[in-house]
Amino acid sequence: MDIETLQTELMAAIDSAGTLEALEAVRVSALGKQGSVSALLKTMGGMSPEERQTQGPIINGLRESITSALAAKKAELETADLNRRLATERVDMTLPAPDAPRGTIHPVSQVMDELAEIFADMGFAVAEGPEIEDDWHNFTALNIPETHPARAMHDTFYFPDEMARDGQKMVLRTHTSPVQIRTMTSQEPPIRIIAPGRVYRSDSDATHTPMFHQIEGLVIDKGIHLGHLKWTLETFLKAYFEREDVVLRLRPSYFPFTEPSVEVDVGYSVINGKRVIGGSEGWMEVLGSGMVHRKVIEACGLDPDVWQGFAFGTGVDRLAMLKYGMDDLRAFFDGDNRWLQHYGFNALDVPTLSGGVGV
Amino acid sequence: MKFSLSWLKEHLDTDADMQAVADCLNRIGLEVEGIENPAESLSAFRIAKVISAAPHPQADKLQVLSVDAGGEPLQVVCGAPNARAGMLGVFGPAGAVVPANNMVLKVAAIRGIESNGMMCSIAELELGDDHDGIIELPDDAPIGQVYADWAGLDDPVIDVSITPNRQDCMGVRGIARDLAAAGLGTLKPLGDVYKIDLSTPLEGSDPAPNVRTDDAAGCPAFYAQSVSGVRNGEAPEWMRAKLKAIGQKPISALVDITNFLSIDLGRPLHVYDRAKLNGALVARKAVDGEQVVALNGKTYALDASMTVIADDTMVHDIGGIMGGEHSGVSEDTTDVLIECAFFDPEHIARTGQKLGLTSDARQRFERGVDPAFLDDGLAIATKLVLDLTGGKASAITRVGQAPLTPRIFAYDTDYCHRLGGVDVAPEEQRNILTRLGFSVTDDWAVTVPSWRRDVDGPADLVEEVVRMVGLDNVVSVPLPRADGVAQPTATPAQSLERKIRRTAAARGLNEAINWSFLPQKAADAFGGGAWSLANPISEDMKVMRPSLLPGLLSAAQRNIDRGASSVRLFEIGRRYFVGTNGSSDERATAGIVLAGDKSVRNWATGKSAKFDAFDAKAEAIALLKAAGVATDNLLVMDDAGAHYHPGQSATLRMGPKNILAAFGTLHPAKAKAFDLDGIVVAAEIFLDAIPLKKASDFMRPAFTPPALQAVTRDFAFLVAEDMPANDLLRAIKGCDKDNIVAARLFDRFSGQGVPEGQVSLAVEVTLQPTDKSYGDDDLKLISDKVIAAAAKLGAVLRG
Repeated sequence: MDIETLQTELMAAIDSAGTLEALEAVRVSALGKQGSVSALLKTMGGMSPEERQTQGPIINGLRESITSALAAKKAELETADLNRRLATERVDMTLPAPDAPRGTIHPVSQVMDELAEIFADMGFAVAEGPEIEDDWHNFTALNIPETHPARAMHDTFYFPDEMARDGQKMVLRTHTSPVQIRTMTSQEPPIRIIAPGRVYRSDSDATHTPMFHQIEGLVIDKGIHLGHLKWTLETFLKAYFEREDVVLRLRPSYFPFTEPSVEVDVGYSVINGKRVIGGSEGWMEVLGSGMVHRKVIEACGLDPDVWQGFAFGTGVDRLAMLKYGMDDLRAFFDGDNRWLQHYGFNALDVPTLSGGVGV
Repeated sequence: MKFSLSWLKEHLDTDADMQAVADCLNRIGLEVEGIENPAESLSAFRIAKVISAAPHPQADKLQVLSVDAGGEPLQVVCGAPNARAGMLGVFGPAGAVVPANNMVLKVAAIRGIESNGMMCSIAELELGDDHDGIIELPDDAPIGQVYADWAGLDDPVIDVSITPNRQDCMGVRGIARDLAAAGLGTLKPLGDVYKIDLSTPLEGSDPAPNVRTDDAAGCPAFYAQSVSGVRNGEAPEWMRAKLKAIGQKPISALVDITNFLSIDLGRPLHVYDRAKLNGALVARKAVDGEQVVALNGKTYALDASMTVIADDTMVHDIGGIMGGEHSGVSEDTTDVLIECAFFDPEHIARTGQKLGLTSDARQRFERGVDPAFLDDGLAIATKLVLDLTGGKASAITRVGQAPLTPRIFAYDTDYCHRLGGVDVAPEEQRNILTRLGFSVTDDWAVTVPSWRRDVDGPADLVEEVVRMVGLDNVVSVPLPRADGVAQPTATPAQSLERKIRRTAAARGLNEAINWSFLPQKAADAFGGGAWSLANPISEDMKVMRPSLLPGLLSAAQRNIDRGASSVRLFEIGRRYFVGTNGSSDERATAGIVLAGDKSVRNWATGKSAKFDAFDAKAEAIALLKAAGVATDNLLVMDDAGAHYHPGQSATLRMGPKNILAAFGTLHPAKAKAFDLDGIVVAAEIFLDAIPLKKASDFMRPAFTPPALQAVTRDFAFLVAEDMPANDLLRAIKGCDKDNIVAARLFDRFSGQGVPEGQVSLAVEVTLQPTDKSYGDDDLKLISDKVIAAAAKLGAVLRG
């Protein structure tokens, strides 16, 4: 059989091999030890140099073309095999992926972080104090003596007399203002702090819970006046609500520990039946504030003729409600998973000034 | 504090309308809480005449009226017994809304007869309690006119919130004075308002009443005057209307006079029925155990700190707070004694707090009434009694002296800018203060008016000026800003809390905020609370929590009751203990509760998975890691607390004493106490025990990746079943620190091939060569060390 015929036959055999096994049989028949091409290769040893010169390239060419044809066919058959297998491995990709629980940050914590971020930019550190306070820090030092009518406004939770310390009745703090006292008695002015935390009043109805959160601000320095207070509150509320059209209305008021005292209303607009901060369609009370009373500065051992400043306080829960739209305070303290999933925040939504404090 | 616009205008000469008055009140610090105009809800109700009245054919108690309300006569069915032809009343046509019940009137058949509206009673229009019959109006009432207009009800009622410092505004006149000072009008002279000459005392010839004060501290001044021969009927309509407008019920002329003056002038008075008195009326301290039945019908037990007014027989008045029932006036009263006293504010406050008794009088006395207003107050009261009930006035008894020491402050007009941040010309400041009743000398010595007890220093004067100028005129001034970008402000403890919180949320836990107080039982079950409230709002909110777990468990239980299948909650908050010096020791803590299914049934396995103690351990370790704790070095020890499963719980300690965390399966009895079925696991991280990161050194230790490949070798040991696996791992890790970088348990097996009472632990040990690769000898040497270290613990290498 001449080489050309052999090549044609082998090529036809390769082409018609339907499986890898059949292809392997063709390979053995051609290139195996007893194979037809191998036999031709062996004949080259007995050839004269001239003969080898003409026959060698032909036989080698045959081997090469068969080898590459085998490889090509093998790859083709393997691809076909793989495709067949993959076709059997089909899975319904509409099936649900495994659940990963989604964790959340409570709105109160988130808002406290937002406030810490805003006030850090204005140079306010975050101060803390005990929630179980003595009467002096909670009332007396704040210019609220025992018979002061303002005490009646506070609905105080008391501890029994035997828990008194240094003759001071112990109470659950009714506001974060005692942190003012603790700060002024423990550090030298100038002072700029905010003090967020839990506070307690024995009051419970649709809009009051016996425990809630306040944030206190205090600035003690030289030459601080009501204008600084106004700027600070405007700047804070604009940053917190992330709106430039936040309008404040200041009203004279009364707190025993400030003089003059100022109540702050913020203007709102009604959008889709909800009150949204900004504009001045209506007013709601958001903050109490004022210039720190001389007697309070004195009670803390500072000279009120040298140091003066302002303080303000507001409800953290309420700030959260105004910004994020919750309408029931009681739900804040219920731990209802559904509520936490709805109003809670993603762990990675850390408030930053560059990213915007709100989420 | 409520008053109507017309009432205000008795004292204030002004053209201002309701809105202007309200705006001004808010601007000067008298916060308007509400404005209600009763005429608004009554605009549909008109004056009508009953033309005829005939019996209803189907009902004995009903009549069929023909009513003229200014148009065609209308047929109206009416059940009032006083309905009759010829009378005038108030008619509500179809479409009108009845204020008392918000019912919309309709044309409807009543027992078969069409009715086109309703003739109304006082109660239906919410003008009083009288519902015995329909309103009867005088014959000259204009038929067809809106009733509210004719009756003078078109008079808005303003509700103002008076801050505790402003006693002077606990009366309409004080509010008028403030508004006048703010430029809203002119304050009418008091004598004109009451048509009385206050320059001469209103004194009669009868002997002055016998009163005195034996308690100069509690009742420093006691003025009294008697009126004999009074007839205590109804007060006149103008007084009744004013009281009704603000929601007070008229009682009798004498009672109404004192109520009226309390509101009008902020001056509480008391009127005694002289026939019920026996001997001198004396202000004195009560005797311990003494009792009095007050005008509210309740009996109060008094003690020796309380000031009372008593005669020879009994206590007749809790001084300055509430009168006694016995000597209260009635319709039979003919002779009265009018008391106009000054009670010490602190005494009143203490007595009121002790008795838990509030009243209009207490509210005013404890804020401090005008001590210079005793004579005028008494004269006006006596005049009203004489005018309204007749009779003859006695001479006046004046005992004691109200505290009248003038308060004078040197005032620096610059202080207005320094404190108030607003520039007001000195002359303008002088005008403002003068209008408010202060007297100002040329060199700025400012005398406070007697009625402004709240003003006790120059800062208060600044407040007065700023208040009148308007806070709108205070210009915002930026706080000076430190150079550079904002400095970090969080303390290490705050940073720690933030990291823990966000790590927990990132791990799929939901942050809850629970009450700081617990029921006694829950606190006892979790170590006992050190602080119990004396006045809890309920027994469920009584003890300050010693642990965060009860709150979380209650929340978990509520969630499961609502159908949640899986609960992952955490809270960061304080636990409350008593410090060594008796103060509060509040420890920051993170609590975690995992309940229900760890994963719900799913298509891949068809099964749900439950939480176990290792889930709690994983959370505890993860949070401690986030806090920067090298958790590999922590000791795992028992003693997590009685609320955990004794065999499935532990503590994580840094050294044998410092407990950083506790975790485990909750004790089944505790879970049951919270109505939680199935396995509940929990963890507590004691944040106060975690060493805080020192001020940051940002530089990290140098790191060069090892040049040589690490190798692993597996060992399997037989150990006693109760030997902690962690001991073996620690021993292996510690036996050759130069080479062994990790030891990881990858199998724990008991059963076939493992002797009874033992367990096989398989450990993968990672070896890191440093300068040259390990040869067989090196590996043998290390291997021997591992086996020897394990052997010390009684572990035997499995063949």
